[in-house]
Amino acid sequence: MKQFLFVLRRPPHSGAFVQEMLDIVLTTAAFDQPASVLLLDDAVFQLKHGQQPADFGMKDTASIYRALEIYDVKHVYAELESLEERGLKPADLGLPVQTIYRKDIASLMRRHQVLFSG
Amino acid sequence: MKFALQINAGPYASNAGHTAYRFAETALAMGHEVERVFFYHDGIYHGLRYATPPDDEFDCTARWSALAERHRIDLVLCISAAQKRGLLCRDEAERQGKHDDDLAPGFRIAGLGQLVEAIRHADRFLVFG
Repeated sequence: MKQFLFVLRRPPHSGAFVQEMLDIVLTTAAFDQPASVLLLDDAVFQLKHGQQPADFGMKDTASIYRALEIYDVKHVYAELESLEERGLKPADLGLPVQTIYRKDIASLMRRHQVLFSG
Repeated sequence: MKFALQINAGPYASNAGHTAYRFAETALAMGHEVERVFFYHDGIYHGLRYATPPDDEFDCTARWSALAERHRIDLVLCISAAQKRGLLCRDEAERQGKHDDDLAPGFRIAGLGQLVEAIRHADRFLVFG
């Protein structure tokens, strides 16, 4: 069994990319592999509270995150500096996340066998 | 060493597929194994049978088909990514009441489980694009 860390860096609603990445996260978890998610850079917007993408005819990818818990995805991390640089606080996110300092990301990555960039 | 590869970008949108191909070719020449290449997002266009680049340009699809045949590599296009973009294998086309067979030789369509399985069995997993 390998520990998966999905490192997401793109903003929501940038084409099908985010939705398709979350499909991989869910599939990995459905195959009983330990999976965690790390939100970096513009990916911290993926969980921004109060999005209403349906108004624009787009899928609400933030709601997919709520399924992660059902699939036993252990941890959702958000980089604190990425949040701050974008004027966001953890309370602005629609799900509770664990914040992590940039300086601690390397050691987080070292604790996983598979780093999945997307 | 056993490698599993994933390609996320379309063949002419970036160099990702080209770099992955060169990586696979070199790894195989050095005696490593490439068990499976998984094509996702716009990467699924690598498997489009009807792509016809000019003779003097790099033909991604033909190169992958030839490499897969030579080294028995499993080239898998993600079914949901492919269907969304209108790329169907014969079986799936029939099931949908269509008449296509869009897949180039050596490629097949399967689910994301094939990706997870490949990652689990590989010593190294690389994402391109």
